Amino acid sequence: MPHKGGTPWLLVIGAVAAVAIIVAAAFATGLVSLGESKESVALTGAGATFPMPLILKWADEYYNKTDNSVKVNYGGGGSGAGITQIKDKNVDFAGTDAPLSATDSTTYGLVHIPETLGAVVVAYNEPSLQDLRLDGSTLARIFMKNITTWNDPAIAALNPGVALPTNSITTVVRSDSSGTTFVFSGYLAVVSTEFAESYGQGKSVSWPSAIGANGNPGVTQTIKTTSHSIGYIELAYAIANDVSFAELKNHDGNFVNASLETTSAAASSATLPAGDGDWSQVSVLDAPGANAYPIASFTYLLIYKELYNDESKMNKTAARALLDFLWWCVHTEGQSYAPSMYYAELPASVVAINEATIDSITYNGQTLR
Amino acid sequence: MTNRKSSISTRSSVRFGGDLVFEYSVMGVATLTLVLVWLLVVRMVFDAQESIERFGFRFLTNDVWDPNRDIYGALPFVFGTLSTTAIAVLIGVPLSVGIAIYLSELAPIWLKGPLSFLVELLAAVPSVIYGLWAMYALRPWMVGSVEPFFKNFLGWTPFFEGNSVGLDKFTAGIILAIMIIPTIASVSKEALMAVPDSQREAALSLGATRYETTRIAVLSYARSGIFGACILGLGRAIGETMAVTMTIGNANSISWSLLDPGQTMASLIANNWGEAQGLQLSALIEIGLVLFVVALLINVIARLMVGRFMRRVPATGGGL
Repeated sequence: MPHKGGTPWLLVIGAVAAVAIIVAAAFATGLVSLGESKESVALTGAGATFPMPLILKWADEYYNKTDNSVKVNYGGGGSGAGITQIKDKNVDFAGTDAPLSATDSTTYGLVHIPETLGAVVVAYNEPSLQDLRLDGSTLARIFMKNITTWNDPAIAALNPGVALPTNSITTVVRSDSSGTTFVFSGYLAVVSTEFAESYGQGKSVSWPSAIGANGNPGVTQTIKTTSHSIGYIELAYAIANDVSFAELKNHDGNFVNASLETTSAAASSATLPAGDGDWSQVSVLDAPGANAYPIASFTYLLIYKELYNDESKMNKTAARALLDFLWWCVHTEGQSYAPSMYYAELPASVVAINEATIDSITYNGQTLR
Repeated sequence: MTNRKSSISTRSSVRFGGDLVFEYSVMGVATLTLVLVWLLVVRMVFDAQESIERFGFRFLTNDVWDPNRDIYGALPFVFGTLSTTAIAVLIGVPLSVGIAIYLSELAPIWLKGPLSFLVELLAAVPSVIYGLWAMYALRPWMVGSVEPFFKNFLGWTPFFEGNSVGLDKFTAGIILAIMIIPTIASVSKEALMAVPDSQREAALSLGATRYETTRIAVLSYARSGIFGACILGLGRAIGETMAVTMTIGNANSISWSLLDPGQTMASLIANNWGEAQGLQLSALIEIGLVLFVVALLINVIARLMVGRFMRRVPATGGGL
């Protein structure tokens, strides 16, 4: 008697479970799909670590936006590694802080898509100083060790009325080669001919007797724990870690504090080539403009002008997805994620150039958009 | 000695299949070490070709490392490696041997076990942990107390000049010393414990004090084992990367003052590998090759030194 009502229920439950398993299996194997059928696409990138947090954020948001159909992976590894990997066609796009040489872009047929802007700030740890103002040539002389104490007349002249300590200055630099050093040394080379001749712009520079630390976090940490020190770090790290940084005299002679607005301002007056042109000379260092911060720089994504090739085996769907993703990144929606992560938004003039670049990309000779 | 050897060879003249398999498989494993070293060197020489051809012998004497102008020299890094290793050995070896003597000769039984265990545990701590500890705990102490002390008393020598920031060859040398102590101490302890008690009894029965017994009967008997322990420690100090990079200040220049930042060969490679291309990459690989040769030379010199030392002091039974 107790089994009379029990058996049918068990049957029902068993049947429901069996149907559920079959339906789940059908979805999983792609036999059945709801709505319009979407092919899922995975895109891979690698390279510069500076824009990495933003690119990962974009990838995450875009994955949700496309109903989990476009997955973007970005591996970091540094600008140099990114360039090597895209040349070898191991990745679909690469990130780099320094533009390619003119010969490299034409030989490999790669185009530049500046996706955001960064600023390098001059961070310092001098407990007795609330504010510090510097200009390019003084900064260059500090890092060349021509100025060795905080109360040097050159610093005093820029900071009238400030009691400067007599301590000697400890300079802190990047020990690994990096885009940050490339931007900072580039600025010093623009504003000081002596620096340009003796050291020059590069991803690593043979700084005279400076303390070297690894990565932006390492330099930030070393500055914070070393009294009387001065160094250079990305704006985002300075804000996040509450480190003081100097106001710099810009091209127009105004003292400007680094911020997202002053960084964008530096880029707005830049004259830029077309996406497939020569970007090696592009610089927004010491840019003109009343409110332009002098140590700003683009960071770029590199993709092939012709996306069809035998080695990468990228299909047309993936190629279109890549362009759609990039289009989304450089426009309002993608750019709106930048400020909260301390990246500067692209000025409208740069977005217009990117639009033309993305529209010119072809797959097997045909434009995709 | 000769008796034992001949008896083994007579016995092994009757060979079984299992013995042969054992002999050849062990020989194969031993040969593998040689092959590995050989492959390593061949590969490094091959990849460093561009740099070797460009700079030749000047690579070793040039003190400039400038990726912007593509000029590379190894001298500052050889200097950095040798100076930090020297500090580490000077501080680490006496301490380690002291620890080993206490553990094997003097420590009461109840202390011996836990203490030996702790020393061995220290040998297993990852180097990044030592590095972090050095940055956050050792460095403030160096800046606050140790470096001012040395500046006061030895500031007149070229070795303790300048600003003390705590990220320098001195701090790196000290953290290296701390890192090699567990290795040297625990291996030396094993060597000392292997000394037969008859040695100690003989010395004591001749009226030797505890100190004399340890010096004459124990240390001289175990010296080759202790020396081997030191070589192990030396090897760790020469090649250590992470903890050194975090404490040495990473400056590509030569300065006699231990209070100035420097750079070792290993830390240079770690710092620059990520973004290096072309000639710089080749030069970094040549640095690896130089590191290999320097380590080899130090080992050979140390072995020659100990060989002479062994011959000069008549063994009190060590050659048994």
